[in-house]
Amino acid sequence: MGHSNTRCRLLGTTAAVVFLWPQIAAADYALNMTRGVTELSREFYDLHMLIFYICCAIAAVVFGVMFWSIFNHRKSRGAVAAQFHHSTRAELIWTIIPIIILVGMAVPATKALVKMESTGDADMTIKVTGHQWKWRYDYVEPGFGFFSALAADSNEARALRSGKDPGAVDNYLLNVDHPLVVPVGKKIRFLTTANDVVHAWWVPALGWKRDAIPGYINESWARVDEPGIYRGQCAELCGKDHGFMPVVLKAVPEDEYFAWVEEMVVAQADASAGADRDWTREELMAKGEQVYTAFCAACHQPNGLGIPPAFPALAGGAIATGPVDQHLDRVINGKPGTAMAAFGGQLNDVDLAAVVTYERNAFGNSAGDVLQPAAVKAARK
Amino acid sequence: MSDAVMHGHEHHDHHPTGWKRWLFTTNHKDIGTLYLTLALVMFFVGGAMAMVIRLELMHPGLQYVDPQFFNSMATLHALVMIFGVVMPGTVGFANWLIPMMIGAPDMALPRLNNWSFWILPFAFSLLLLTLFLPGGGPAGGWTLYPPLMLQTGAAMPFVIFAIHFMGASSIMGSINIIATIFNMRAPGMTFMRLPLFVWTWLITSFLLIATIPVLAGAVTMLLTDKYFGTSFFNAAGGGDPVLFQHVFWFFGHPEVYILILPSFGIVSQILPTFSRKPLFGYESMVYATASIAFLSFFVWAHHKFTVGMPLAGELFFMYATMSIAVPTGVKVFNWIATMWRGSLTFETPMLFAIAFVVLFTIGGFSGLMLGITPADFQYHDTYFVVAHFHYVLVTGAVFGMLGGVYYWLPKWTGHMYDETLGKWHFWLSAISVNVLFFPQHFLGLAGMPRRIPDYALQFAEWNFISSIGGFVFGLSQLLFLYIIVKCIRAGAKASDQVWDGAHGLEWTLPSPPPYHSFVSPPMVTDATAHS
Amino acid sequence: MSTSSSGYYLPEPSHWPITGSIGLFSVFAGAAMWLNQVGVGPMVLGFGLAVFIYMLFGWFGTVIRESEGGIFNRQVDVSFRWGMFWFIFSEVMFFAGFFGALFYARVLSVPWLGGAGGELSTHEFLWPAFSPSWPMNVIPKPEDFTVYKEVIPAWGVPAVNTIILLSSGGTVTLAHWALKKNQRRALCWWLFATLTLGFLFVGIQASEYAHAYEELGLTLNSGIYGTTFFMLTGFHGLHVTIGATMLTVIWARALSGHFKPDHHFGFEAVAWYWHFVDVVWLGLFVFVYWL
Ligand code: HEA
Ligand code: HEA
Ligand code: HEC
Ligand code: CUA
Ligand SMILES: [Cu+2]
Repeated sequence: MGHSNTRCRLLGTTAAVVFLWPQIAAADYALNMTRGVTELSREFYDLHMLIFYICCAIAAVVFGVMFWSIFNHRKSRGAVAAQFHHSTRAELIWTIIPIIILVGMAVPATKALVKMESTGDADMTIKVTGHQWKWRYDYVEPGFGFFSALAADSNEARALRSGKDPGAVDNYLLNVDHPLVVPVGKKIRFLTTANDVVHAWWVPALGWKRDAIPGYINESWARVDEPGIYRGQCAELCGKDHGFMPVVLKAVPEDEYFAWVEEMVVAQADASAGADRDWTREELMAKGEQVYTAFCAACHQPNGLGIPPAFPALAGGAIATGPVDQHLDRVINGKPGTAMAAFGGQLNDVDLAAVVTYERNAFGNSAGDVLQPAAVKAARK
Repeated sequence: MSDAVMHGHEHHDHHPTGWKRWLFTTNHKDIGTLYLTLALVMFFVGGAMAMVIRLELMHPGLQYVDPQFFNSMATLHALVMIFGVVMPGTVGFANWLIPMMIGAPDMALPRLNNWSFWILPFAFSLLLLTLFLPGGGPAGGWTLYPPLMLQTGAAMPFVIFAIHFMGASSIMGSINIIATIFNMRAPGMTFMRLPLFVWTWLITSFLLIATIPVLAGAVTMLLTDKYFGTSFFNAAGGGDPVLFQHVFWFFGHPEVYILILPSFGIVSQILPTFSRKPLFGYESMVYATASIAFLSFFVWAHHKFTVGMPLAGELFFMYATMSIAVPTGVKVFNWIATMWRGSLTFETPMLFAIAFVVLFTIGGFSGLMLGITPADFQYHDTYFVVAHFHYVLVTGAVFGMLGGVYYWLPKWTGHMYDETLGKWHFWLSAISVNVLFFPQHFLGLAGMPRRIPDYALQFAEWNFISSIGGFVFGLSQLLFLYIIVKCIRAGAKASDQVWDGAHGLEWTLPSPPPYHSFVSPPMVTDATAHS
Repeated sequence: MSTSSSGYYLPEPSHWPITGSIGLFSVFAGAAMWLNQVGVGPMVLGFGLAVFIYMLFGWFGTVIRESEGGIFNRQVDVSFRWGMFWFIFSEVMFFAGFFGALFYARVLSVPWLGGAGGELSTHEFLWPAFSPSWPMNVIPKPEDFTVYKEVIPAWGVPAVNTIILLSSGGTVTLAHWALKKNQRRALCWWLFATLTLGFLFVGIQASEYAHAYEELGLTLNSGIYGTTFFMLTGFHGLHVTIGATMLTVIWARALSGHFKPDHHFGFEAVAWYWHFVDVVWLGLFVFVYWL
């Protein structure tokens, strides 16, 4: 008696879950995929729900039959085993029906895929480059670009035993310093590539992720329908801080977008100014600290002590306290086969001069010398 | 005809004892026991790593390990579970059972058999040793993708050589199994009378011999790219990082069927026994297994739909992947038809087999969903994938093996295990494993990437639940250990037949079976063949 | 030694396998240490090799004694045959992996870098100076690589090597016929001819390598062309060396009277292996040198 009671309750719960499923699924973002804000994402979402329901239906039939026989054909109920062991007709049926179902799934899937691959006639192009561990966005036509890395408050809180409560951080791990800004209603062609290792650029609201392969470019597209902020993450293991290179996409109305572009173009020009003049030591140290925090601290740590042996200390390090040209060379060209990337392509002359100067005179290093942007320019040749 | 077996020296059955017995043995049962023991030990090693993962993921924020170590835990967890648990474990079953099932005295190449096993402890020493090297263990994921893998420090050559070494073991083991099945069958044991477990292993061996060398090639390319200046995976020299992914998955996808097919075989032995009814559709089971294996060579790129392949490639690999659902469906339907109108009892092996059918199928459904390319653009590299493969691997491959252990343990040891404890083990495992992995579907759909040590707050609840499930599942396995030890030491004497519904040659032997399984080959007829 | 023709021979416990594992473990550990610039690496590797070679002698010696002792019946022989067959199949798949890499580079990745097949932006944004060809004499980023002057043309030394290897396939077959007719002198001479041709091939190949490195500037580091060229021909050369060494062993055994016209699996296994090496070379000649 007690037994059948529990059984009833179990059945009841199962039934409730099965029948309420669509409501549960639709109700909460943390249960199901987002429908997203593009034509593609909605198509993929519908496809996802379609195959999901088909699988549920098949499961209901298959498990239903199975549990029927578990309950009714049990020895304890006196069941006597039949001895049949094949039926060509049954076997044909359960080969052909799945084939038909699969074809039914393949048709919409094929359509969606063809649409996804049509990257032609885009209104604008953005090149997305994965770096360990930040993204770079280059707006091809206006011709400017910037890096986008994990926001500082998240970055502090995510340190091992930081003592900071992730719950108190705004959009913990999903916030960046400089979001990618795009206009709504425009077909944007995304070119993904990478600088060091494979990354994958993913904003669920766009409906897809695309791998960023060093040395190759992948094309994808999106047209965002609604203004808003959409968050995503790097989706291919790219080393230590793979979990900490989010993507934030800010979709804004077109006029707002153009205003932003103008601002960016001006700012870019300012940043590269000054490459021709001599910088004072204080200027270089201040600038260098910024660059160091943004580009180098992930591995060499803010205090310059690194995480030996994987990531060497710069404090007292052989190269950071040795000849300046070797130091500069290591930063410009990196060291192939290690995580130390070539920063020559990522940083301009001022940044390089500043960061090298900083490393040589911070963390207790006291080389005392100052590297000028002009010297970097000369060394690049 | 008297003695079908011959020894090198006149003195029969004079064997070394103690540790030398195990080190030098050429006996299929000893070697089977060694394999199974290794698998069990490695299950705890790999499981302990999984516990580290689940512990760190229990709450948002980094509490216990740094990201680099987390990544090397995930990498080693996978390598240990796949190469150290499921593969050796199923080879252990093969060693124990194939000679007994086909009426042979032993494996075809007994010394080679010893070597196949005794490579593994050395290979795993090489692999696990890397944890103690400067720079730590490999942390590029078990898929070893370059260029990230090329950033590995001192561990790199150790990992690669360990994989070469394990590969050599697998290849030799499979050669032995094929030679045994082709050449050692008792008179009358035709191919279409082979028990299904033997069939699945025959096909698995073929998959192994065809794909492990390709893996060896892939990791060799990694090695030369890192140390000898080649540019297989370097675009600057005309290579392509994606080339590695193609070569790896050409191995990798057949590999997942290498992991599951032997468990298919085990389940196909268990279900008829406890349904007291012959296996339904024996022939179509054989053909379905062969089709799955054949198709598995043409679907590899479904692991990298997002890598930016030409449209035609994406379509081809999508259709090929979907088509695997058909033969797999045939297997599932046949299992259910076997139970249909049987006379069912629910001893522990049967419970695991039933759970296998249900939970593997759930994993298969999520696999099918992953195979739909546009949907995979969302699913890929999220916890949805993690949920998928743990359903097919843990509640599939591992549950099949657990059921198999309960099923044949009385035959192997001559003792019954404790049925009550067995049922406890089953129910604890079956419930907790779903608490562990089912929420991961939700996590993945909601956007949580895999291989991350820390996550955004909206993922906190399900991760917590998953971790709790994980700890309970892990602790339940300690019970399994206890049951085995208790069975060996103090189990009641088992009969030769053990299960009243069991058919097949292995049940005609005493429990435990004699040193050489069939000294003179039995005559096999339709009646005495498989169930 | 009592033999019964119906008995399947099951060997006694053996210490050779574990010896082999210790040997290989040391080889791997030593090589890994060497790559990590640990001083004792080469020594550990050398020790491992010595143990491994000792194991080969011991293990094969045992098998040869058993075989010559006549205790392998027909069924054992079939086991060995299946063993060797599937081993060679695994070797085929190993080479298939490298051929796959070659085709991938030639057909897909190199053209893609040059902008073919919808990869225009790869070319435009990343490698504007690169124009694809095979042999790939322009490397996408030449400063990181050894740029070569020329490649080795197919219709010179490689063609000669093809003839050498193909004729060695013939001589080994002649040796087999001689063995089946129990003409021992002819067997030994044809075997000797085969292994001489084999080593000659290796020698010529080595001098080609020296030529490529020293005069043509074609090295492992010459981009994907040098990579595939040396890795494919190198692994093949390694297999020829192993095969020729096995031929030498077989030759020595033939000289000391081993093998019977109806029972000579050791010989056949090596002959199969030799044909396999031959066939791989044909693939190499066509796809690496010629086309
Ligand atoms: C035992 C191991 C195993 C098995 C058996 C499978 C089985 C399948 N797998 Fe899985 N898979 C893995 C292990 C396994 N997989 C692993 C380890 C990974 C991740 C690797 C990594 O990246 O680390 C992975 C990843 C993986 C991916 C890549 C996901 C991604 O990274 O984006 C895909 C995509 O197609 C996939 C598909 C499938 C399919 C279609 C099957 C099919 O074989 C399933 C077929 C079964 C059924 C469909 C159910 C039964 C059928 C019926 C009841 C009939 C009726 C049904 C229908 C008509 C729908 N798997
Ligand atoms: C057969 C293969 C197999 C098996 C059996 C398992 C078993 C388990 N896996 Fe495994 N897993 C993989 C194959 C497997 N996994 C693969 C291929 C990956 C991908 C790796 C990659 O991304 O490269 C992966 C990745 C993976 C992840 C994702 C990591 C990430 O992406 O960051 C997680 C997270 O939850 C996980 C958890 C578990 C758990 C909890 C178990 C449990 O089932 C384990 C249970 C067993 C035990 C716990 C051991 C027994 C008990 C003890 C040791 C006693 C102590 C117990 C306690 C203290 C509680 N695994
Ligand atoms: C992704 C990780 C990573 C980042 C980011 C990084 N480095 Fe490094 N760096 C390394 C590694 C790894 C090495 C060690 C390379 C080797 O093996 O010699 C290294 C080495 C160095 C060295 C030589 C240290 C020595 O004494 O050998 C200098 C100088 C250096 N980095 C400067 C920088 C600067 C400047 C930046 C930022 C602009 C930077 N690094 C960013 C990983 C990184
Ligand atoms: Cu970048 Cu993961
Ligand atoms: Cu797969």
